[in-house]
Amino acid sequence: MSNEVVDMITVVIDGFEVSVPKGTLVIRAAEKLGIQIPRFCDHPLLDPVGACRQCLVDIEINGRAFPKPQASCTIPVEPGMIVKTQLTSAVAKKAQEGVMEMLLINHPLDCPVCDKGGECPLQNQAMSNGQSDSRFEGTKRTFEKPIHISSQVLLDRERCVLCARCTRFSEQIASDPFITLNERGALQQVGIYEKQPFESYFSGNTVQICPVGALTGASYRFRARPFDLVSTPSACEHCASGCSLRTDVRRGKTLRRLAGDDAEVNEEWNCDKGRWAFKYVTAADRLTHPMVRNASGELQEASWPEAIAAAAAGLQKTSAAVLVGGRASVEDAYGYSKFARVTLGTNNIDFRSRISTAEERDFIASTVVRAKTTYRDIDRADSVLLVGFEPEEESPIVFLRIHKQVRKRALKVTAIASKLSIGNEKLSANFVCVAPGSEATALPSVALTAQSVILVGERACESAGLLSAIAALAEKTGAKLAWIPRRAGERGAIAAGAIGNLLPGGRPVADASARVDVAAAWGVTSIPSSLGLSSDEIIAAVNKGTIGALVVGGVDPLDGENHHEMLEALQKAFVVSLEIRPSAVTTLADVVLPVAAVTEKSGSFLDWEGRSRNFEAAVVDSLQRSDVRLLSMIADEMSKPISLSTVKAASKEFASLGNWDGAPSALSLTSVQTVSALQANEALLTSWRRLLDEGSLQQGEENLAGTARKPVVVISPKRAASIGVTDGEAVRVSNSHGAIVLPVLVEAIHDDAVWLPRNSRGSHLLATFGVASGAVVTVVKD
Amino acid sequence: MADLHNHDIEPTRPDLGLEAVSSAPVVNDGPAPMGKQLLGFWVTFRAMFKKPNTVQYPEVKEPTAERFHGRHQLNRHPDGLEKCIGCELCAWACPADAIYVEGAANTPENTMSPGERYGKVYQINYLRCVFCGLCIEACPTRALTMTNEYELADNSRESLIFEKQDLLAPLRAGMLMPPHPMYPEMNDTNYYKGDVPHAHPSQEVKND
Repeated sequence: MSNEVVDMITVVIDGFEVSVPKGTLVIRAAEKLGIQIPRFCDHPLLDPVGACRQCLVDIEINGRAFPKPQASCTIPVEPGMIVKTQLTSAVAKKAQEGVMEMLLINHPLDCPVCDKGGECPLQNQAMSNGQSDSRFEGTKRTFEKPIHISSQVLLDRERCVLCARCTRFSEQIASDPFITLNERGALQQVGIYEKQPFESYFSGNTVQICPVGALTGASYRFRARPFDLVSTPSACEHCASGCSLRTDVRRGKTLRRLAGDDAEVNEEWNCDKGRWAFKYVTAADRLTHPMVRNASGELQEASWPEAIAAAAAGLQKTSAAVLVGGRASVEDAYGYSKFARVTLGTNNIDFRSRISTAEERDFIASTVVRAKTTYRDIDRADSVLLVGFEPEEESPIVFLRIHKQVRKRALKVTAIASKLSIGNEKLSANFVCVAPGSEATALPSVALTAQSVILVGERACESAGLLSAIAALAEKTGAKLAWIPRRAGERGAIAAGAIGNLLPGGRPVADASARVDVAAAWGVTSIPSSLGLSSDEIIAAVNKGTIGALVVGGVDPLDGENHHEMLEALQKAFVVSLEIRPSAVTTLADVVLPVAAVTEKSGSFLDWEGRSRNFEAAVVDSLQRSDVRLLSMIADEMSKPISLSTVKAASKEFASLGNWDGAPSALSLTSVQTVSALQANEALLTSWRRLLDEGSLQQGEENLAGTARKPVVVISPKRAASIGVTDGEAVRVSNSHGAIVLPVLVEAIHDDAVWLPRNSRGSHLLATFGVASGAVVTVVKD
Repeated sequence: MADLHNHDIEPTRPDLGLEAVSSAPVVNDGPAPMGKQLLGFWVTFRAMFKKPNTVQYPEVKEPTAERFHGRHQLNRHPDGLEKCIGCELCAWACPADAIYVEGAANTPENTMSPGERYGKVYQINYLRCVFCGLCIEACPTRALTMTNEYELADNSRESLIFEKQDLLAPLRAGMLMPPHPMYPEMNDTNYYKGDVPHAHPSQEVKND
């Protein structure tokens, strides 16, 4: 950015000189001086529209004055401009008061029942810049109120001041133009298409930016007033985008979450999942007390010392391994990592509680640990390549950032996938259609430069040879590479060394000096030198009998392809489970320790860039403990302390370790699998998780679930013709394990492929098929 | 210590002319005559024959002043629907943080007040309340008013946190116990204008 020359223009506002870059709007130049011009439609991230007319000011340029006051939100500064706001110009003041009076003519006196009351720009600016009286004596225009424009958002048209913030956001930022201004004159109103509700993944932002109470969220409706809420800056736990959030708590209960303002990451936006999925924390079935399996084989509530002692005793008896899900905070992941090495004396730890391969692990150790690609690189890229990654569904803020550049400067986006997604269409992506498993073969055809950005998702590991081919391509072209996992904790878990081939700070286990480094920092004589097993290998080892105990934190067996083996292993081994709510793991565990959810503890995540996203405990009087504290207690009980009794201690120790500055491990090319010929009616399965689906952190959010995309089976026109179905007819997809019947959608997809959502209502691929991608399934008309 | 009687720190007293009296020599003239002594007791004797001022509370209760600030009351519309809309303005106005309100949405099955919103939880903590009446001034629907009831003593802290059912006005003639639908053909504005005279037969909810 430093080499860009910025033309500065000096203008005079209310008698003060200010220099701003060329193109700056008058309203923003005034902000720089601390002069607040009232406004409703103006938003720094949306295109100027001049819809509300509230920001009228007097402007003259080189001695020639505009005949009438001008909207300062639409006029860029010019040399020789003299601006007089309401503070120095009686004309501007009178104009603003007149606009305010007019906006209030049809605005109902709803303030006592309106959710916005107390934090309403209209309320505030009517007080600061309006008159105390209205000359209007007629009857206000009324509309039916409120109307549901989606299960999550309610619209009250009487309150609307027609600023068009919501419609501009939906069109310009989210590219979901489901909401628009209808009619003209006094009857102008915001509306949705008759048959299409406002089902955007980003609809919550319109509620947040609405300057009046016209758009309100169903979940927060009438729940509190701003003065009831205690706000805590926090980070989103739902994906690796790394949104900064604001969590608002009333009497120990989270009532809402708002997008935080972070220009480098989420700007001022977030997705509906991050905004509205937080009820899992207050679910009725939350684990509150430790439980220990008693002599008769039943889980029984126990005291903390009993449970810690039972966990320690069980882990001491046999060789143990650690499975930590991708949702742990950096501090917790570091706790698990140190616990495995110091207390259990093993490198058998893996955070990948999902489909994962050895190739991916090598890719992580060689490439991900040193990846430095950021959102800024997307802003500057000349092209973006998406492989095994569906940004809108899997990392929505990455989608918004790419879309911003697509809109601004027609950024070239190429997507290598089997199915053209809704998100790719919105990005006008060049869709390179390949059969599932053959993505690597399409890589050479994509033109990349050193200014390009390759974004690869965690699903890339499901196609053998793809990750190593991508790493080689990035090496060859100099393009920036970023690996974007779906879960918030994965990048942090890598940094914390919660994987068998890495120690904290990206130090390779295989490197003796790296081991000495870490051993010295931890005050132990040595770190186990053998490479740790992956999660699949750990499960196999338990079933074989070589590993006798498991420490499991935040893992769902149904996230992997081998859930039958995993359930068998959980049954067999001595299991210590650290969980928030009951799960398949806790029902089979021998010791269950309840842990704190994100809103109840402090800590940090690393987003996909590796940027630290700190969060503080929003609910302060929670009795729940962070994972790292419990692990430290177990380690003490086993007399092999990890000395991490607080999150602060863990974060301090982790920071002092620093990053590995030695050579990273090398990545060898894995051969691409050849796909066997398909019979008629057979297809290769491809899938991804939708943003809003049946994930465990979205349970209990009916309003949110109402805006989820409907589950469908997607097949190509050719296949549809061959099995004789049209859009909406039921299709049966099956393999030897089970079958799923869903309505069909005929769309742009590879002729050999069939797409289903991975974990949506009626479509749980891993539970039903035991596989989620690349496998052969049969597709027939139901 | 020597400065304790410094005039700078001692408040100046008004000059009552006592200095001159006290400085005069004390002369003992012996007992005063009988008549003068009885005259000294005149006030005492007079009071003995007056009607006592004591009120035999709690057997006897005097009415308070008309606008005495006593216990609060949550009023009802003439058809029995609650006037409270759960807006929390009373809680906002309260200088003692004595009021706690949670709002909720009226639904067709559960209509407690006219309009979209009603007060689901309403608590006043009489250990905190200072009876200033700012909450009454803040109430936009005249739902909250004060009665003249002042007997607010009890022997537990919990019992002095009054819940909504403790504060709600009793049902009068023509009122129906909510939840029940709004008066036919009337909206919330009609309610505020006083167009609703009493409950309409169609508002009665049949429980079967």
